[in-house]
This record gives sequence, C-alpha cells and structure tokens, in this order.
Amino acid sequence: MSEAAETQSEIFAQMDQVPAAGSDVIAESPLSNFHWKTTGAEAGVTLSEQGLAGHLVLRSAGNSSFEAAVEKVLGMSLPGPLQSVSDDSGRVIRWTSPDEWLLTVSNSDAFSVEQQLRAEASGHYSIVNVSGGQTILMLSGDSAEMVLMKTCHYDTHESSFPVGKVVRTTFAKSGALIRRVGESEWELIIRRSFSDYLALWLQDAAGEYGLQII
Amino acid sequence: MLCIFCPHCGEYREEEEFSARGQAHIKRPEDPEACSDEEWGNYMFFRKNPKGLHHELWVHSAGCGKFFNMTRDTVSYEIKETYKIGEQPSVVAAEK
Amino acid sequence: MTQPNRVQDAGRINRSRPLTFTFNGRTFQGYEGDTVASALLANGIDIVGRSFKYARPRGIVAAGAEEPNAVLQLGASEAAQIPNVRATQQELYNGLECASTNGWPTVEFDVMAYLGKIGGGMMPPGFYNKTFMSPQSLWPTYEKYIRKAAGLGRASKQKDPDTYDHLNQHCDVLVVGGGAAGLAAALAAGEAGARVILADEQAEFGGALLHSNDWINEKPASNWVAETVARLRTMDNVQLLPYSTVNGYHDHNFLTIHQRQTDHLGETAPQGLTRQRLHRVRAGWVVLATGAHERPLVYANNDVPGCMIASAVSTYIRRYGVVPGNRLVVATTNDYAYQTAIDWANTGRQVVAVVDSRPDPDGELVAAAEKAGIRVIKGSVVYDVQGSKRVKSVSVARLSTTELSLAGSETTLDCDTVATSGGWSPVVHLSCHTGSRPVWDDDVIGFVPGPANQKQLLAGGIQGHYSIAECLAEGFSAGAQAATNAGFDKPTDLTVPKVHEPSVGKAMPLFYVPHKQPMTRAPKQFVDYQNDVTAASIDVATREGFEAIEHVKRYTALGFGTDQGKLGNINGMAITAQAVNKTIPETGTTVFRPNYTPVTFGAIAGRNARELFVPERYTAMHQWHVDNGAKFEDVGEWKRPWYYPKAGESMQDSLNREVLAVRNGVGMLDASTLGKIDIQGKDAREFLGRIYTNAWAKLAVGKCRYGLMCGEDGMVFDDGVTSCLGENHFLMTTTTGGAAHVLEWLELYHQTEWPELEVFFTSVTDHWATMTIGGPDSRKLLAELCDDIDLDKDAFKFMDWRQGTVAGVPARVFRISFTGELSYEINVQANFGMHVWKKLMEHGAKYGITPYGTETMHILRAEKGFIIVGQDTDSTLHPYDLGMGWAVAQQKPFSFVGKRGMSREDPTKANRKQLVGLLTKDPQKVLPEGAQAVADPKQAIPMTMLGHVTSSYYSATLGRSIAMGTIRGGLDRMGETVYYPMLDGSVVEAEICSPVFYDPKGDRQNV
Repeated sequence: MSEAAETQSEIFAQMDQVPAAGSDVIAESPLSNFHWKTTGAEAGVTLSEQGLAGHLVLRSAGNSSFEAAVEKVLGMSLPGPLQSVSDDSGRVIRWTSPDEWLLTVSNSDAFSVEQQLRAEASGHYSIVNVSGGQTILMLSGDSAEMVLMKTCHYDTHESSFPVGKVVRTTFAKSGALIRRVGESEWELIIRRSFSDYLALWLQDAAGEYGLQII
Repeated sequence: MLCIFCPHCGEYREEEEFSARGQAHIKRPEDPEACSDEEWGNYMFFRKNPKGLHHELWVHSAGCGKFFNMTRDTVSYEIKETYKIGEQPSVVAAEK
Repeated sequence: MTQPNRVQDAGRINRSRPLTFTFNGRTFQGYEGDTVASALLANGIDIVGRSFKYARPRGIVAAGAEEPNAVLQLGASEAAQIPNVRATQQELYNGLECASTNGWPTVEFDVMAYLGKIGGGMMPPGFYNKTFMSPQSLWPTYEKYIRKAAGLGRASKQKDPDTYDHLNQHCDVLVVGGGAAGLAAALAAGEAGARVILADEQAEFGGALLHSNDWINEKPASNWVAETVARLRTMDNVQLLPYSTVNGYHDHNFLTIHQRQTDHLGETAPQGLTRQRLHRVRAGWVVLATGAHERPLVYANNDVPGCMIASAVSTYIRRYGVVPGNRLVVATTNDYAYQTAIDWANTGRQVVAVVDSRPDPDGELVAAAEKAGIRVIKGSVVYDVQGSKRVKSVSVARLSTTELSLAGSETTLDCDTVATSGGWSPVVHLSCHTGSRPVWDDDVIGFVPGPANQKQLLAGGIQGHYSIAECLAEGFSAGAQAATNAGFDKPTDLTVPKVHEPSVGKAMPLFYVPHKQPMTRAPKQFVDYQNDVTAASIDVATREGFEAIEHVKRYTALGFGTDQGKLGNINGMAITAQAVNKTIPETGTTVFRPNYTPVTFGAIAGRNARELFVPERYTAMHQWHVDNGAKFEDVGEWKRPWYYPKAGESMQDSLNREVLAVRNGVGMLDASTLGKIDIQGKDAREFLGRIYTNAWAKLAVGKCRYGLMCGEDGMVFDDGVTSCLGENHFLMTTTTGGAAHVLEWLELYHQTEWPELEVFFTSVTDHWATMTIGGPDSRKLLAELCDDIDLDKDAFKFMDWRQGTVAGVPARVFRISFTGELSYEINVQANFGMHVWKKLMEHGAKYGITPYGTETMHILRAEKGFIIVGQDTDSTLHPYDLGMGWAVAQQKPFSFVGKRGMSREDPTKANRKQLVGLLTKDPQKVLPEGAQAVADPKQAIPMTMLGHVTSSYYSATLGRSIAMGTIRGGLDRMGETVYYPMLDGSVVEAEICSPVFYDPKGDRQNV
C-alpha cells in the first residue's frame, strides 16, 4: 500500500467486504428466496437476476483529480447526464446525478477498484460500496417494453430512451435505475429491500405475455 | 399531474418523481442567535400564498435527488421556469 | 325467438352469430355487434328502469354515453357484479345477464311509483333534504330505505376475479374521438410521422359515419372509415384504442383513457387478460374531435318510454338494424331529425308526422321527406305525450310567434315513438377539464370550447361544425397542425375527400316547449331524466333564490348522476336563464370535471391491489424469520419481526421469554431496517455538528456517539448513533421510519444552505445487514465467531466500533446498546447477512440464544428509559422536555439546527409537558398507551389534562408494569401521583418517576 493510500485509510474507512476466497460463506442475492411463477414456452418477457455484483457509488462535483483517477483506473470517463459507459469486461458507469455515478464491477473487484481510485484521487470525492443494497435485473423480450410501461411512467420509446441511456425514476411504488441495453433489453437496478415486492410486481405485469426466468 | 423540467437532468419528468418543499428563497438567517423570536418565527413559519406566480422549492426525489426552484402559476399551474439553487428567477410577479 | 323490431338486412350486426342474454330474468336473443340497448329494443323492451325520485317507468333514450335511463346492473355471478353499466355502450356477449338498476320490487310494478304519483306535487326540489334531514340522527335510516327504493346499482360483495392495470403512454398527438374529424386528424398526424394515439369509446371507429347515408369519395361513408382505419393500422407510429374513453384532461396535457379490453367478451376476462386498462397519457398535442350530443326537447311527459332522441333512432335503425317502434312522430327544431323520419320510413314502418317548430324550414332533407310523402307539420311543437308505459299519442299545437306559448288548437297524433331533436350540444367536457370555460355560440345554438388552456386543437362537431365535409377538413387540418407543432413536417399527399351530403337549413333555438298550462301546473317536463329534474323544479329553485347556475344544480340535482347531465344540462341552463330573465351566456354553465363517464374502481386501482397494494420491504434475513414463525410488525413499509411465538405461548409469554433471555443470556435482533447514511468529506464533522444538537468535533476514529436531530423549531424529529469511521468518514444511523426524511434533510441543508461544505451523503440502509446480539453472554458468543477483534472490555469499550471478521465475513462491529445490556451490532454486506445470522444462531444455541422482535426491543429499551422518536416524541418536545439536555451542546460555535428554536419564549417557559417514567400503584396494571393524565380524577368534565402515556409495557425483568409519558412540569414532580381515568370509569393511579427503571447506573452495558 502506498503512503498516500495508507493515509487515506485513516481518513476514510476502507474494507474488503467479501469473504476470503475459498471460505464456506454462502452469499444470498436479494432475490435468492423469491419463488418465481413462470409460464414456460414462448414467453414474451424474460427476467434474470445478475446478483452479487460489486456496486460502487462515486461522488464528485467537478473534481478533475477524481475524474482523472476514474479514467486511469477504469479506462472510461465519467459519463454525462443520463448516459452510461461500459467496457468489454462488463464494467459499467452510469450517471445518476450531476455529482453521482454508479459503477458496477464484479463483487470481488469492488475493494481493489475502490483502493486504486483512492490511491489516485485527491480532493473532495466519495466512494461508497453499496453492493449488498441493490441487485441487477435484466428484463428482455418482445413485451419487455410493455412491462416497463405498466411499471414506470418514463417514456420508453427509442426517441426518448435510446440504447445506453440511464434513467432513475419511480418504478411501481418503489424506484429503479433503468438502462436500455438493447432494443428490447433493459437493465433494472433495484433496492434490495424492495426486490421481493418488485419481483412480485414484474411477475404480475408480465403474466399476460408469458414470463421466463433465466 | 405536472410535467416538470429538471434543470439538473436537463429534461422533462413526471411530477411523481418530484416532491414540493414549499416556498423558495427562504434563507436561514446568518446569525440565528441575533434574531428576535418574531424574526425567527417569520423564518420558520410565515410563507406567501399568492394567487398567481409563486417561487417554490422542489426536489427531484426519485430522480437525481437535487433540489431546484420553480416559478409556477398557482391558478393555471403553468410552470414558467425551473432554475437551480443559487440562481434568481427570470420571471417574477409584477409589483403591486 | 323473434325480435319484433329487427329490420331485415340493415345494420352492421352479424346475423350469423346470434347471442343469448337475459334481462330481469327473461331470456332474449341478439346478435354479435349489438349493444345491450339495441338488443333490448330489437326485442321490444320498453321499460329498462324506474326513475330515481318519482319511480316513473323509463325507456332507452339515446344510443351512446349520454344515455340517462338504461343504466343496468350487469353480471351473472355475484363476484362479477358491475353497477351502472350504460346499456348503450355495453356490447352484447353470449350469456350476458343484466337487470334494471331501479325498481323495487320489480321494474314493471314499482312501489315508489305510487308514492311518486301521489306525492308528485309534494316532492319539490330539495325534497329529500327538506323531508329527511331532521332529525339528523335518523338520516341513516331514511337513507337505507331511500336507497333501496330508488338508488342506483350495487357493487359486488365478493372479490373481483378480474385484473386491471395502468399503462403509461406518451405520444406527440392524442386524438380524442374516432369519428370523421378524429380519423382525419389521426391520419394526417400519422402521415406526418408523429406518434399518434387515437382513442374512441366505441367498439368500432367511425362514429356517426357508421350509420351515415352520405357518400365520401363516391362511396358510402363507412367505406372511407374502413379504408382509413386499415391505413392507420399499417402505421407503426399510430396506436388505435377502441373501447377507450378519454375520461380526464389534466394538467400539462396529461390525459387518462379508460379502456375496456374484455368487457365485450364476457363478464370476466379470459384467462391471462386484463379486463380494463387505464392509459395515463402525456401528450404533446391533443386534438379534441369529440363531436356533439343531440339535445332532446323539454315537453310534458317527455320521459314516457318511446320518447327518444332523433339521432339515436337513426343509429338504431342504420347501425343495428333495429327500429324501436311502429308509428313515429318526429319533433324537431332543425333539419337533422328529418333523416330519422326518412330512415324510419325506409324500414317500411309508419311515420305519422314530422312536427317542426320552424314556420318555414327549407333544407334539402325537408324537401326529401316531403317528397317521400312524409307529413310535415310546420311552426308547431309536440307539447305533451299520452301513455304511461309506452307512448300512445302526442299533442301537437302551433307555437306562437313569441315562442313562449302555444297558439291555436291542438291536434292529437296516435304514435308509439317520439323522436325529438332540439339541436346539438358540442361535447366540450374535456376542454372544460383544463379550466377553460365554454363559450355560447348563437349560430351553433350551443356552448363551444373556450380559449385553449393547453396544447389543444379542435376539429368537427365539438366546434359546432357538423357537416362531414367540415369535419374531415378540420380533422386533416388539426392533425397536420398538431404534428407540425410537435416538430414534424407537414404531411404531403393528403387531399380532403369529396363528400356528398345534403345542405342543412337554419335551426331554431328552442329548449323548453311551452304547454297550455303554465310550467308549474303542466305535467312533468323532464330536463334531467336520471335525477328527475323537471322544468318546474328549476323554476321553483330560482324562485327560492337559487339563481346562480351552480346553485340551481346543487339544489335540483341537475347534472348529477352517472350521466352527469350530458343530455339535460344545456336545456337546464336555458330554462334557468329564462326563469331569471337572462341570456344563456349570462347564466353560464356548471363546471364539467373528470371523469367524462364513470370509471371502475378496478381501473383506478390498476395493479396496486391485494399483495401489490403496499410494497413490503424485507431484510436479508427475512426468510429466516418467516421460517421460524415470526409474527411481523409493519414499520413503514418494512416487515419487521415483532416476536417469535413458540407453541402454546400467549404474546405476553413470548415477550417475557424474549426479554429475560436478553437480560440473562443472549438474544438477537434483526436491526437491518435502521436507516444508515455514509458520510464522507473533510467537512463531514462540521456538518454533523450543525445538524445534531450535540458535539462532534472531538469524536475519535473508532468511536460512536448518540445524537438528537431537531427541526428549526427545536423539536426532536430523529435520533440515532453515528460512528466515526475515518477522520473524514462517518456512518449515521437513523430511525427505521425516518431514514428517507433524514437523508433529504441533510441534502436540503447541504444543497440550499451550506453548499460550501465538502461532504457527500449516500444511503447504505439496504447495503448492510445488521444483527444485534445483546445480553451477558453476547461477548462469549461473538468470540466464538470472531478471532480478529480484541473483545476485551477495555480494548473494545462501550461506544467503540471495530472492523474484523465474523463467521468468515468481513464485518463492522459496534459496541452500542439499545437494551442496556452488553451488546454488539454486527454489520455485514447484506449478501452475507443470512449466513452470519445462521452461524450466530448455531453457535448461540448453547447459550440459549433467543431471536427477539420489535416488541421485545421496545420493552427492553423502555426498562432503560430510552426513547423511541415518534412514539415518545411527537414534534412538540425538545431535548430538555425529554430530559435529554445532556445531548445539547449549547457552547458549539455554530448555531446548530434547533438551537434558536428551542430558546424561543414558549419552549423555555415553565410547566411544559415533559417525558417522565410512570409506575402504576397496582404493579400488574398496564396503562393503555394514549391514556390522559389528570391531577384530580373527580374533576368535572372537561378535565384538565396533564399529558399522556407514550409507552407502556409489562416488564418481565422487573415483574411489574412500567410506562413512560408526558406530564406538565413532570421533571420537577418526581414522586407525585397522577391519575388516568379509563373508558370504563375506573381510574389508574400512577407515580411519576425517572424513566430509567432498570440498572440506573448503566453497569450492565459496560461490563
């Protein structure tokens, strides 16, 4: 650990929150106890939980040192309003507010990425690991957009919601960070505590089109 | 159901994403201890209730989480403009 | 089975698909494409209900949304009961069962009719108010009887088997109404490339064109409809919504559309389908092409079955192949009704006469009728009807030149049907929803929309322009304009089709048809059928001083009811105007509000019903709680374990067991729901000092501190422990219910008051799973699962936190206590929460580890006198009132939030309500929470109340009851007695004491 990073650890508590490799610890993603009712073949809607990812909330209000650190460590720039960037390894940075982004990496990388960023950046910023607090649901299929239209009021038409755009909005009676991944594929990032409710909602909304879970 | 332009997100969003937080431009007194009870009471409780143009504080609670100001007609519900905290409105009610 | 009124070969019904249905228990047949109304008329059913007030027999009057009488109870099964279905809009399906809404005991023989007949003169406007409102205590009794005798439909007593949903939509152009103008507008906007929604309340698009005799582009009008709909269907950017009523026009071009997706298929939706859908549409531009409703004339006994609107008669004949009678008299003020006479004659049935109020009608249709041999009686009116259950004949007389009285002798014409037309009323409702007042137009003889308040355009009948040519031209123009306004290029290659239709002569403004008797003496002349409002009752209302139209409406009930006065309102306004000697524009209109037609509760609720009504939030250990029999308590949206009963235990047994386990061994609580906020930045400490009442400047890394948060008024609104994780890094906890509010509170001050402070707040509530192990054995238990934290009592002190590994999972362990016992709060990333919880249970078994819930937690903390914000506080108590002045750092340099507020005159005066402990004289008596304290239980009511009980429990630890509550000046009244009068007259006596009932020195948490 560099000296700068060591000083950082007294200023900011840092902690690898993932059990050591090879431990017998069982991880449970937010939806691991939800029992889906699926409707089998020719489903118009497909859902899949991409649980146990590393989620880091990045905060910076025009701190160029932090922006440079992100570019150096991640090879991507912090995207502008309502935009996202991603790399081939599946790391994604999503704009969520003028001074806030959500970075997803693998859960085992979350700590090292945070350390590297902290080692590079100076000035005012924050990095918060929120990996336990949310989960990623991939929603796809011919009727995926109908399910979204039943659930949130944001205009999902491609003219308003092109691929790559990120929108944080109300989602049923909770909220979600929605990113359009493809023409009929969407990424939903939802809060852990609401995930059972939202799964129940999505299952119900998708019912008439057929639902499969992968 | 208002359609509100969030000056931070740079686009229109549905009212459901926002929360209204009362009259805008209510500044916390610099030195509260120097305020009389009456001055402090005015700061805490006394608000305008105009028929017509009103400057309001809103927060994009389900979106970007940022506060901003809105100039809204309380009769027609027309939103004249939204602007960031620290900025001054360009549309104001005519002096009576 | 014969359908006596079915015409051969006419109409758009499918004669190869006969359908069976029942009405009032009798079985009938109709055809696919029928409405219930057209099928009833085809079967010769005259009476569909009884009127609300006078219980007079009523028949079908109209053919659309404006129908006031044919409002039926639908549903074969109890679960599928739907009240107040308009028979004119309900498509027929096989097996449909419906019944009259009014009529007791039967629609043919109605008890109330006799009351109505006898009491008619005794039932003036305001009758129910005047007669039954006193004494007020008896109103529920009256109401029950009145509702049974005359009320409208009833809801199902069973669970609705259907599902409903909402669909959020966005479009560039929303076209309301799919008649000539609406279709043209949709076509033009669609061709321009705009995203278009076209909504129409009927099964088929086309509106009046579906039964028109006129020609478009050298073909029947219905061909143009078919071609246009087919063309629209090919456009990806156009969405066609049939069975869809645009019911509300709200702010900023937000409109709601009620779509009945399966109501035409059966009484419950086919498996997997949503019965009704509410579209919530944000439209760029709106084109209102809602058309117009024909007005009936107001004449004596105009409610006898057989009295109909002229255009409805035409609709039944030409669209449904039903001619609703044998001998027709048409009464009109305009040319349009002549078409009805021609249509009727074409079925081979008799047209007795057309009675036209105009002395010299000269339109093409007039000539055509005369040419067809139809008798036309000019300058005359139908002023009275004979018959009770069906029209038998009508009285006709000449209208005087003043139009206010009759002239000359009367003629009686035998007939069974009277079709009247008093002209057309544009359907201005949606425009009015935007707050725009409609404007009277003398040429239209009706109200047209006022200036647009929103991005709204008009086309066709809503402007009082009724020719097909005008409708098409205005539709194309409005559609193209809407699209270009929304940023699209004007559509090319659109030519307005050529229309062949008769020219129309000038209509006469006539609303109320005079009788030989004065209005108040004449037989009833109905204005509003559904509410039994007569011309005379409006006259009485104005004479009793209700001259403003809104007052007339409320006094007479004009325009109330499920039809909202679509037929009667304009006539009512005209009669009001006449009564108060004003013009109609001077009298004005009542305000039309959403919804245009009634919407089912199902559609309003959508999917927000049953288990989806309120979100349930779960912690990472929720499944364990379920599997282990926890009873749950709702805390906000969270489901928190309340207590974990064992077989045979009462609730109090469980609580006693759980409490004693924590005091004597070890217990474990799922505390994950506490709000948690990560705070980073060099000014984090300064910020905490400004927002909390106590001091934060010197809190060292590794330490935790309890803090109180107050509003600017100085009153406590949240509390919690905040830990110093790093020099510039803190973890704040909040109450479960206050988490979102506190985060917004911090953001509010940061964003609006102190943006210069370098600090960021991030919610981590869901991220950390938190389990609290508490009790004398908790250290031993933790030691078994954690070998990298020195748990020695001097190395890891009370109010310290340490980072380490618990059960193999990296954890932050906080030695804080809400029970007064040795206690550790273990935070791990929630993905591993269940694992750690199970390991703690497993290893804790030897210590008798006992999971406990919120109720036990409440008792444990009350034994220690710890407050729960929101239970022991209610935003009128500041820290000193709570006896927590130790948590206020008055010397802090910055005037923290709440400081100035709590030093105001009122918060500093004596004798404020203060939080104290209470011990009942009878140790087994548990005070009810909320009970009010008095000094003298014998004082006469109203007694002087001193405060109330905020928390009260039986404490197994102490073997007696304990309570906390507010008492005026309570902190200075230790040892005094107060009294709590109970509902049953008994009085509970209690002594004021310190709220710390157990371990007052706090030794146990420091071991």
